[in-house]
Amino acid sequence: MNEDKKFRWVGTRPVRPDGIDKVTGRANYGADFALPDMLWGKVLRSPHAHARIVSIDLKRARALEGVLAVITAEDMPDLFSERAQKNGGHDDSNDLAQNVMARGKVFYHGHAVAAVAATSSVIATKALDLIDVEYEPLPPVLDISSATAPGGPLIHEDRITQGVEDAGPSNIAKKVQLGHGDPTEGFELADEVIEHEFTTRPVHQGYIEPHACLAQTSPDGRVTLWASSQGHFMVRDYTAKLLDIDLSLIQVIPAEIGGGFGGKTTVYLEPLAVMLSRKSGRSVKMVMSREEVFRASGPTLGTRIKLKLGATRDGVFTAGEATLHYEAGPFGGSSVMAGCMTIFAAYGFPHVRSTGYDVMVNKPKGAAYRAPGAPMAAFALETVIDEMAERLKIDPVDLRLRNAAKEGTLASFGPRYRRIGCVETLEALRDHPHYSAPLGPNQGRGVAVGFWFNAGLQSSAGVILNPDGTLTVLSGNPDIGGSRASLALMAAEEFGIDYDQIEVVVADTQSVGYNDVTGGSRVTFATGMAVIEAAGDVIRELRARAAAIWEVEAESVVWEQGEARLLGDTARAPLSLAALAKQAGRTGGPISGRAALTARGVGMGFGAHICDVEVDPETGRVEVIRYTAVQDAGRAIHPSYVEGQMQGGAVQGIGWALNEEYVFDSDGRLENPGFLDYRIPVTSDVPMIDTVIVEVANPNHPYGVRGVGEVPIVPPIPAVVNAVHAATGVRYRDLPLSPPKVLAGLAVQSDD
Amino acid sequence: MARVVLPQALTVRAGGQSEHEVEGRNVRALVAALEARFPGLGQELEGRVAVAIDGEIFNDPMLEAVGPDSEVHFLPRVGGG
Repeated sequence: MNEDKKFRWVGTRPVRPDGIDKVTGRANYGADFALPDMLWGKVLRSPHAHARIVSIDLKRARALEGVLAVITAEDMPDLFSERAQKNGGHDDSNDLAQNVMARGKVFYHGHAVAAVAATSSVIATKALDLIDVEYEPLPPVLDISSATAPGGPLIHEDRITQGVEDAGPSNIAKKVQLGHGDPTEGFELADEVIEHEFTTRPVHQGYIEPHACLAQTSPDGRVTLWASSQGHFMVRDYTAKLLDIDLSLIQVIPAEIGGGFGGKTTVYLEPLAVMLSRKSGRSVKMVMSREEVFRASGPTLGTRIKLKLGATRDGVFTAGEATLHYEAGPFGGSSVMAGCMTIFAAYGFPHVRSTGYDVMVNKPKGAAYRAPGAPMAAFALETVIDEMAERLKIDPVDLRLRNAAKEGTLASFGPRYRRIGCVETLEALRDHPHYSAPLGPNQGRGVAVGFWFNAGLQSSAGVILNPDGTLTVLSGNPDIGGSRASLALMAAEEFGIDYDQIEVVVADTQSVGYNDVTGGSRVTFATGMAVIEAAGDVIRELRARAAAIWEVEAESVVWEQGEARLLGDTARAPLSLAALAKQAGRTGGPISGRAALTARGVGMGFGAHICDVEVDPETGRVEVIRYTAVQDAGRAIHPSYVEGQMQGGAVQGIGWALNEEYVFDSDGRLENPGFLDYRIPVTSDVPMIDTVIVEVANPNHPYGVRGVGEVPIVPPIPAVVNAVHAATGVRYRDLPLSPPKVLAGLAVQSDD
Repeated sequence: MARVVLPQALTVRAGGQSEHEVEGRNVRALVAALEARFPGLGQELEGRVAVAIDGEIFNDPMLEAVGPDSEVHFLPRVGGG
């Protein structure tokens, strides 16, 4: 891209197209849809963390007046278990099917066992009490230590560890390793070596909107689903796969989404609602309660990371080595690989190695959570770097700058970086007034860096020229973070017309080409590319129409500032978009454009955060008093929504660092499945998060865009923890830093 | 010939070596050449890895061009949230 390109719309801050509907309550979310014949679906969930299902008796539930369908796994096709058996117990589709409805065994407290559809929510709930399930409880595997202890209970007796030669059944689903050089050699070159172990607890994404859907089926096999998700094509594809339905028979209509953060990139209710609808002959609506969301939808689970860092006295990293254990839930598939790939990614290392273990436990199946796997890894590395800076008596930002990854650096996960903005981001942080502002008593300051890959994946888009000259842009990605606005801005830029002349529609699965999920920080980058291409398609046609009207060759017509102009002919009045739209019927018919692509050239993202805290030495309470997030966005299409992503990620990370954790009892029952006892930060808990957008353009995107949605959750945990250390002198290595834990650390320090 | 770097987990299927000089115009050709050299490796590479060609990551690679001096890293595939 041309970095000097001048923009009219890109970089401005208009109101988002969906904004008014969302703040006035008119927007329709997953639970807002209804049909006249609608039943209510409810799920019976396991009271055990690990048990064999001996029998399920549905007779009493079926006999209840108002109950029209009851289903168990016996009503669902068993399509993948044979394939899994042939593959050492591993099959992602089989795991998904078993997670949606338990078959033979329950693997966590809250696991779906049966589902009911009834004429009212009350009757459906009552029917759940009439389902008689006999369980044979089994000892649950509740953490990494017990999962990996020799001779302990196995969650799956047939699952073989992948990545280990001649492995037998184990609770470790997979072992992975990556790196370069020889860390042993690298540590010998170091003047200082620091090694510590870090632990984190399961946390939920904390989206406000519960999972919800409405399913309608017809006798000829067609299915219509209204659902809130991060990707209605994903909902279609998973539902079709689990129920063995042709994709063309399923139409998924996207609802607005009230937060996802990675947690809505899978299905829980939709296949059950379709089966209940088929069985009852009526449409079926299902909405999770908050308790169900906590117990049965994917959090990101606990981790244990052992990390060793070596550096010369001049502050040059000589080696890094980490062993990461990530809980996955009962099926494998944690984010440990991403943890291994990101843990050292912000810096250059001559010798580096990460070894990861994907550990199965009897907790809910983990789901993606914003830069999955990276925040816990950053917690380990960035706090050790802070300690290294202290030992070497080097400013912590300076130490990071001496080692920061740049173009040509061999990344710890393999390739050499292309143009990245890690150094520029750190320099912007160092130069921010916050970094040198004075602190008061019991206050401390921490900094940390975060990295995330960002994703490209597949996107389709359409652009329709309406007869009045306005434009409709068709996207297939649910709008979570303001993507309607960013797509409209890019279309306005391409066409040279006003932003408010463009309407962006999130079209259903039958109305626009395939799109991967709204995830991986990809929509403004990838779907934006598709919109730019589709706009180009329309503009080519507009030039051809103008040429036809003027009876000249199309090559002599250019598109500038929203109108067709004849090259070298200033006397000829230009043809505006509205004029060409009006004449479309007489010049060849309606005008529309399309694009479908796999987005290449994704720009990797870096962020750096500064956190100031004040610690109350009497209560152990940590208050974040000032916070600044700096991030390379490549190019901020709509700066307000880039800043919103940075602020939101920072706040989620602050919650993860200070408050949030799943608390299980000794039988594996979640004890805090609600926002009263699972404490996410609210506005009064945090200061205004200051933001600085750095723009190191991604050379592979027409406007220089890099993804921005995930990076900002990576630095906050270590930034907060480093700040608490600065305030107290205590190094905390187990999250969250709740007041009792902080007090305990202060007590140990005073004993010393 | 391109310099191909395999993930450590796959080196056991590639004669214990992570780095290989491989001829091929695109990723599919590289995979085919590696399969011919180390039977069974191609299926592993096609099944679940991304590639970085001269530092640019491709998640579903097949026809991406590879230059004679390219450095090609096969990587685990990463999505996101």
